[in-house]
Amino acid sequence: MGRHKTAGLGQAAVRACLVLGLAVIILPLFLLVSYSFMGVQELRELCGPVLSGLEGMSGFRLIPAYPTLRAYVRLLLDSPEFFTAFWNSCMQTGGILAGQLLAAVPAAWAFARFRFPGKGVLWFFYMLLMILPFQVTMVSGYLVLSAVHLMDTPAAVILPGMFSTLPVFILRKSFSAIPGEMIEAAKVDGAGSLRIFFHVGLPLGKAGIFAILILGFLESWNAIEQPMTYLKTKVYWPLSLYLPQITASKAALAFAASIIMLAPALLLFFFGQDYLEQGIVASGIKE
Amino acid sequence: MPQKRRRQSRRRWIPISQNRKKEIRTAYLFLLPSLLGVGGFVFIPFLDVIRRSFLQASGHGFVGLMNYQEVLQNEAFGRAAGNTAKFMLICIPLLLFLSLGTALILQNTSGFQKAMKTGVLLPMAMPVASVAVCFQMIFDRHGWLNLLLQKFGDGGQDWLATKQAFWVLTACYIWKNLGYDMVLWLAGLSAIPREQYEAAQVQGAGRWNCFRYITMPQMKETVFVTALLSFINAFRVFREAYLIAGDYPHDSIYMLQHLFNNWFTNLDIQKMTAAAVLLVLGIGGVLGGEELWKNHREKRERKLGQA
Repeated sequence: MGRHKTAGLGQAAVRACLVLGLAVIILPLFLLVSYSFMGVQELRELCGPVLSGLEGMSGFRLIPAYPTLRAYVRLLLDSPEFFTAFWNSCMQTGGILAGQLLAAVPAAWAFARFRFPGKGVLWFFYMLLMILPFQVTMVSGYLVLSAVHLMDTPAAVILPGMFSTLPVFILRKSFSAIPGEMIEAAKVDGAGSLRIFFHVGLPLGKAGIFAILILGFLESWNAIEQPMTYLKTKVYWPLSLYLPQITASKAALAFAASIIMLAPALLLFFFGQDYLEQGIVASGIKE
Repeated sequence: MPQKRRRQSRRRWIPISQNRKKEIRTAYLFLLPSLLGVGGFVFIPFLDVIRRSFLQASGHGFVGLMNYQEVLQNEAFGRAAGNTAKFMLICIPLLLFLSLGTALILQNTSGFQKAMKTGVLLPMAMPVASVAVCFQMIFDRHGWLNLLLQKFGDGGQDWLATKQAFWVLTACYIWKNLGYDMVLWLAGLSAIPREQYEAAQVQGAGRWNCFRYITMPQMKETVFVTALLSFINAFRVFREAYLIAGDYPHDSIYMLQHLFNNWFTNLDIQKMTAAAVLLVLGIGGVLGGEELWKNHREKRERKLGQA
């Protein structure tokens, strides 16, 4: 009995440590929400020394002393640039995700379910491309985009983003996990390759597909390098570029804007966390 | 012939078609949209990058390996490559270790595990710009960390403008990716049948022995994938680094991505092409070596299994 008790105590201590760690991890998010309800004056006092180079030390406050919705009101009623940026983000992210569905899903099916000459070599290059940082393919992307006169248009961000190979990698694994018997059975029933893909592959790979969409959303919603490199005209800038630009001069707006930018991601998270987890898990399935 | 049959039996999950030619054609049709895009936007233009890496900046004079020599002798390239390598070598093991530890603790809990997962995954959803603001607020010379340290009579150093910047970036990377890796580990751990542990415990095996002889051997694939994805995510920490510290951050976090970015701004295409080829060769070499080794190991294991 005594031993049990100490084990229980030990476990409680470990859990307390984890909860403390968790508190530290979500503190930035909490502060972000809290600071978005602060007025201009209060924010200047607390953040001015860091964000706008004012004299003195910054201040720390968990909860706003004078909570106000003014930042949200100004942002939603009086900042047309914000809406442009938000719309750009939606368009660019939506375009990339739609393209990934069209390109990555069938490609992953081909890699998971077929034997064909050149498969090994192609797969190697797909994996390599997935690992390489954007900066390595930046020049080649630039060369093509300027050759076809797409530089500085939204297509310059959308088109290369559509053909990311990370979703192919994740989906291949969830497609491979489909039992071979199911496909054999469909074949015996006389289903062709397309029917098998649509009626067996897509329904059974649903979790993987949702997962690449969520991961893809988080990735393109927060894209910095691609729009920064390929878009010079500010009218085309997505939220992820608009936000850092206003941080120094309009801190109050920036906090409110980041909450609005965070909202879709957070919603997806709460409704799709299981899919997200399954997707992360799918990328680790043993083949 | 027996060799071949063995291969087929291992890949039972691939539908065996009557007509091989038709199968190959179908496969390539499925692959086509992706292949066209990847080929058009990356593979073919990269051939042009390789060609350009041997040419002069103006005109088309062939200069041999001069661009490569210039890059390799470039002091900034050496520093950036060193920093990137150092970052990878420190951050990835640290992240893997921490996330595995958390996963092992949470392994046999349910409600608590679910709540922890949600919390630890949340940083993934935070906009990069907001992450940058938070880290600036904490680590700036006038920031919160110094505010706290002042109370103990210390503080006053600018964490982002000294060698500590490296550790700030490390913290940022771990903060952001802990959840992702933890979920991967938890999935790998839950795939191991519980009976194996119970059987071992009956025979008197301790916790460490269970971990060493049951968990570790069955986690090889998970280790590989988790390390690979952590590596990919380590390159992405550039976003935070860039927004926190700009084009020219402190020397200790001046990464290859900063260098490429600055070369691009200055239209230093020659250096960029040569350096891109070098990086592809480097990363491709590591990946290729790993794949060869994996194939070799699988073959050996199959042989052992047959014997």
